[in-house]
Amino acid sequence: MSDSVRIAIVGSGPAGLSAAARAAQLGLSHVLLEKTDHLSDTIYKYQKGKHVMATPSQLILRSDCDFDAGKREAILETWNRQAAELGVTVAYQAEVKAITGSAGAFTITTTKGQTFVAEAVIMAIGTQGNPNLLRCPGGDLPHIQYQLDDPGEYVDEHITVIGSGDAGIENALGLAADAAQGNVVTILNRGADFARAKSANVKLLMEAGEQGRIRIMTETSPAEVRPGELVLDTRDGQETIRCDRIIARMGSAAPRKFVESCGIDFTSEDREAFPKLSPVFETTNPGIFVIGALAGYPLIKHCMNQGYDVVEFINGNRDLKPADEPILEAKFAALPGTRSVDEWLELLRARVTILNDLSPLQMREFMLDSEVRAYKAGDVVFERAAPGSSLFAVAEGSALVEVNPTDPSVTVPIEQGSIFGEVGLISGRRRGATVRAGAASIMVEVSRTAALKLMASVPAAKRAVTRISIERQLLQIFGPGLSTDDVAQLMESAEVLSVRAGQPIITEGEDGTDIYVIRVGSMIVEKMVAAKPVFLSYLPAGSYVGEMTLIGGGKRTATVKAAIKSEVIKLDGAAMRALMDRKPALLERARTMMASRQDVNAFIESRKDSFSGAVDMYSETARFLVDNGIGEATDVLLIDENLCVGCDNCEKACADSHEGLSRLDREAGKTYAHLHVPTSCRHCEHPHCMADCPPNAIHRGPDGEVFIDDTCIGCGNCQRNCPYGVIRMDSVPPPKPSLLSWLFLGKGPGPGEPSKKWRYKHAEPGVEKPKKAIKCDMCSGIDGGPACVRACPTGAAIRVAPEDFLSVARLERENG
Amino acid sequence: MATRASSTHTPRAKGETLHDGFLRHAGFRWAKIAGGLSLLLVVSYALIDITPRHNGGSWYGYTLGTIGVGLILWLTALGLRKRAMTTGRWSLKAWTSAHVYLGLSLIVIGTLHTGFQFGWNVHTLAYGLMMLVILSGLYGITVYTVLPRALSSNRSEMTQGQMLDALRAIDRQLHDAAQPLAQEDAALVRMSLDQDPFGGGLWRRLTGNHRDCVTTQAHRELRRATSTRPNLGNDPLEKVDALLDRKEAMLAQLRRHLRLRALLEIWLYVHVPATFALLAALTAHIVSVFFYW
Ligand SMILES: Cc1cc2nc3c(=O)[nH]c(=O)nc-3n(C[C@H](O)[C@H](O)[C@H](O)COP(=O)(O)OP(=O)(O)OC[C@H]3O[C@@H](n4cnc5c(N)ncnc54)[C@H](O)[C@@H]3O)c2cc1C
Ligand code: HEM
Repeated sequence: MSDSVRIAIVGSGPAGLSAAARAAQLGLSHVLLEKTDHLSDTIYKYQKGKHVMATPSQLILRSDCDFDAGKREAILETWNRQAAELGVTVAYQAEVKAITGSAGAFTITTTKGQTFVAEAVIMAIGTQGNPNLLRCPGGDLPHIQYQLDDPGEYVDEHITVIGSGDAGIENALGLAADAAQGNVVTILNRGADFARAKSANVKLLMEAGEQGRIRIMTETSPAEVRPGELVLDTRDGQETIRCDRIIARMGSAAPRKFVESCGIDFTSEDREAFPKLSPVFETTNPGIFVIGALAGYPLIKHCMNQGYDVVEFINGNRDLKPADEPILEAKFAALPGTRSVDEWLELLRARVTILNDLSPLQMREFMLDSEVRAYKAGDVVFERAAPGSSLFAVAEGSALVEVNPTDPSVTVPIEQGSIFGEVGLISGRRRGATVRAGAASIMVEVSRTAALKLMASVPAAKRAVTRISIERQLLQIFGPGLSTDDVAQLMESAEVLSVRAGQPIITEGEDGTDIYVIRVGSMIVEKMVAAKPVFLSYLPAGSYVGEMTLIGGGKRTATVKAAIKSEVIKLDGAAMRALMDRKPALLERARTMMASRQDVNAFIESRKDSFSGAVDMYSETARFLVDNGIGEATDVLLIDENLCVGCDNCEKACADSHEGLSRLDREAGKTYAHLHVPTSCRHCEHPHCMADCPPNAIHRGPDGEVFIDDTCIGCGNCQRNCPYGVIRMDSVPPPKPSLLSWLFLGKGPGPGEPSKKWRYKHAEPGVEKPKKAIKCDMCSGIDGGPACVRACPTGAAIRVAPEDFLSVARLERENG
Repeated sequence: MATRASSTHTPRAKGETLHDGFLRHAGFRWAKIAGGLSLLLVVSYALIDITPRHNGGSWYGYTLGTIGVGLILWLTALGLRKRAMTTGRWSLKAWTSAHVYLGLSLIVIGTLHTGFQFGWNVHTLAYGLMMLVILSGLYGITVYTVLPRALSSNRSEMTQGQMLDALRAIDRQLHDAAQPLAQEDAALVRMSLDQDPFGGGLWRRLTGNHRDCVTTQAHRELRRATSTRPNLGNDPLEKVDALLDRKEAMLAQLRRHLRLRALLEIWLYVHVPATFALLAALTAHIVSVFFYW
């Protein structure tokens, strides 16, 4: 089978399918190669009945296949039908493993040994990747499989599941669920516990283990696979067990290696980087094109549009304007002057230093995620202490930073081409200063996501942002009165270190005069008192430590260690000392801070004798909170169980303030010394949930809250990524009758979240409400603030910022 | 302490870090107000001379009565405030605090209003109901102060749902483990499996007296059989015995949980209905006063 085709398309997801449909429509010879035995595997694997969303709504669809929001089944059915109608040539079970040759004659080889020859190749394999393979001897035997579709299929077999994640555990439980099947199921875990899996799954597994339905082998890994047998490396040596079938669920590897092996370069080493692409999606290997999620566009509509566009480009239609043109037009419409979209993009790229290296395609994508605005001289761009995580770039004019909060006339200018606002981007905390436009200006506001993408794809941009942000952070922390030159000297000795959770940067009793500035994350300070570590204080990002030995000499008096994975800037003690000698004001401020820190230390030490129990308790409580993620929180709900009567009015109030769904689970969560951390969002400094959101729907709002907007597509990534389990997927319940008609007429389910039964009964018939991700938004926009706190009858529910709560003031008050 | 890059926060519209419970709210603000009011009334009662004697019908009595009715209506409104999640800077804790102390001041206001004239009539009925509501409220704040710690400790980080799940898990294991047992032993296990953890009625729930629990009984019976035999490690009865042990512990925890929750809630079933009875009696009281005027 090696008739040459004009275009080979690898992967039949929305991107590949749309490309193939365009090729078929244009009458180009083509073949669509699909790994599985059906089209569009990623969507095929969505849960049954999932409501697929068609965002962004303002983007028009340009494809020969139809797509609109609706059920997974309906969409797959439409695509199957249209692929057949349009005459798309599909080769199923054709997993591509190599692409060789060059433009005009590529040879594509599949894992089954088939080859295809094509003039051009479009790669649209998405980002789901391939399962990690078993690497021990015998790892290629046929009784090893990497997926389990129907556990009911197997009877009377000895089956070994390898892998300790949710997928492996769920498979093992499924295989052992029905004793009548007579399977003997073993699950192997390389580690000692199942830390990566959901606790509910682990509990079920342990229960099955106790009942003897599943054999659980921890600290065990496969050594050799033989027909009918499996040799295991266990803690106590080798062991051989009977094994007719192996189900390996060891996670999956991103497709990057394979893509690179086809001669395609990525923009950087970063995990988040994408292939380098020309404006027509061509890779660094001419003739091979990359589109869809693999190219960095995870929304189905984008994928489909690109499928259409890329085939038009390959077919020689070079004038085609991308489908997102109207969106960009709208973004530039309000700016002064009459320039076309391309002219604006070029202007911004050329003027803003960190954008210089972007390709026109990257520029388009970048602007889709960013905003651009014109300001009159003196207009406020953002205010001091306002929350915000975006980065600004000056495309025209200049900006003025009000460095002295008490005197707005003291400003530092930021020139055209440079950036500001980067501290919010790095530390996720409030703005440090008010910024105004210095002249009539044009500024680009880069969303956090766009900025992170930019830094991942353009190493120069990353270096520039890092350098500028360190410089400014130092100015902010040690200024006012420091010049950029002063800081430049410090910068020479500066070193950015990343610190693991629990790792100390300063150890009590050691020598050292270096100063550490906490750039990302947070630290806790501990001191050994009477052979026990006592918690002294909590330092959020933006603080510095190490000044005591620098000023006072002697050994380090306390240990400073990371509460969570953090980043610190290490400044050379001598350089710092030299600076202090030149700037007495700086020395004075450092002395004042040192004095107050010494007071705290002395206070704790003095209390240690008289209230040693209380001090231990304070230390333990602080440690408990840090262990429970308070170290990365910016605002967290705590419940004082000395006061909580369990009425759940907080949950009810939450539901009634937010479309009838509660975003908090009061009872669940950890407790220490009657201080309870309920399952509710902590608004992390660097939210894990934001990491992988296809429509970029998660933002930090004006009060520091992390919230999800309406563009959520319900994919569940954020729910999986949240380590605290505070995001749920649900659809909005039908509206309830009013409180008074419930009170007097007994109508409706009453306050709080309506029961599933009531919701089902009162659902609007025929209307399907999509399930979306919901989480606490700190009641932003609701006058009065968080409903959970306002509605607590006893004062048990409180919201706190960790640096306020983890202060010694607590101890002082509790023991007078 | 630590310098912060952004040390001037916008004011936090959140609960204070150093928080107080509803009884201590704002430095006992409402206790002081209610206490002051009561003191003022007691003193004025003693100083103001009403002839022939203090009673509800004098100008002084009417004043107290009006204050009392107003307060009672406002106290009743807590039920609405608790459930109406309107926007605005209110705090239910502050409301509860004021409710408790102003509610207690009604003892003084109400009693002085009567001028200590009691009898078998609707007026005294209203007074009695008011006192009932207040007494139940007193019980309420007592349990609200005493029990939450116990509730929290007993939970040991489990939710009620998880306790039930754990029970069900043990039951499933019991069910499997009972398969090889003899008929009558299996029947004992069956008895335990059929037991409803919520069963037993209110009294048992409140007192925590579960001496005739069937799981305990089944366990006792089986123990009698196993205790005389050496445990060779393969007796299915031993396994059931161990499971019943765990089930009993789990049941005890769940029951303590349910008991504490019931103690924390039960008084509201007096407090609230008595409030409505009070409102009815109060209406009758007022109508009759004006009718006979
Ligand atoms: C649970 C979930 C819900 C989502 N919900 C939505 C939503 O509601 N709306 C929305 O717009 N987006 C949604 N997304 C995102 C969207 O599904 C993906 O971004 C999109 O499918 C990407 O399309 P693609 O064509 O680039 O790749 P994919 O859809 O991933 O398709 C890749 C195809 O290539 C095949 N393939 C892979 N490797 C090879 C190989 N070597 N040889 C041959 N074939 C290969 C695969 O089998 C697959 O069929 C969701 C994602 C998830 C995970
Ligand atoms: C005549 C006087 C009183 C009236 C009419 C009254 C009425 C009410 C009403 C209607 C509620 C709302 C209950 C609910 O909806 O859940 C309530 C709650 C409450 N009452 Fe009273 N009350 C009175 C006096 C008191 C007193 C004297 C106390 C305390 C000493 C008290 C303590 C409480 C408490 C603590 C609650 C809050 C329960 C909760 O929200 O969890 N009340 N009262």
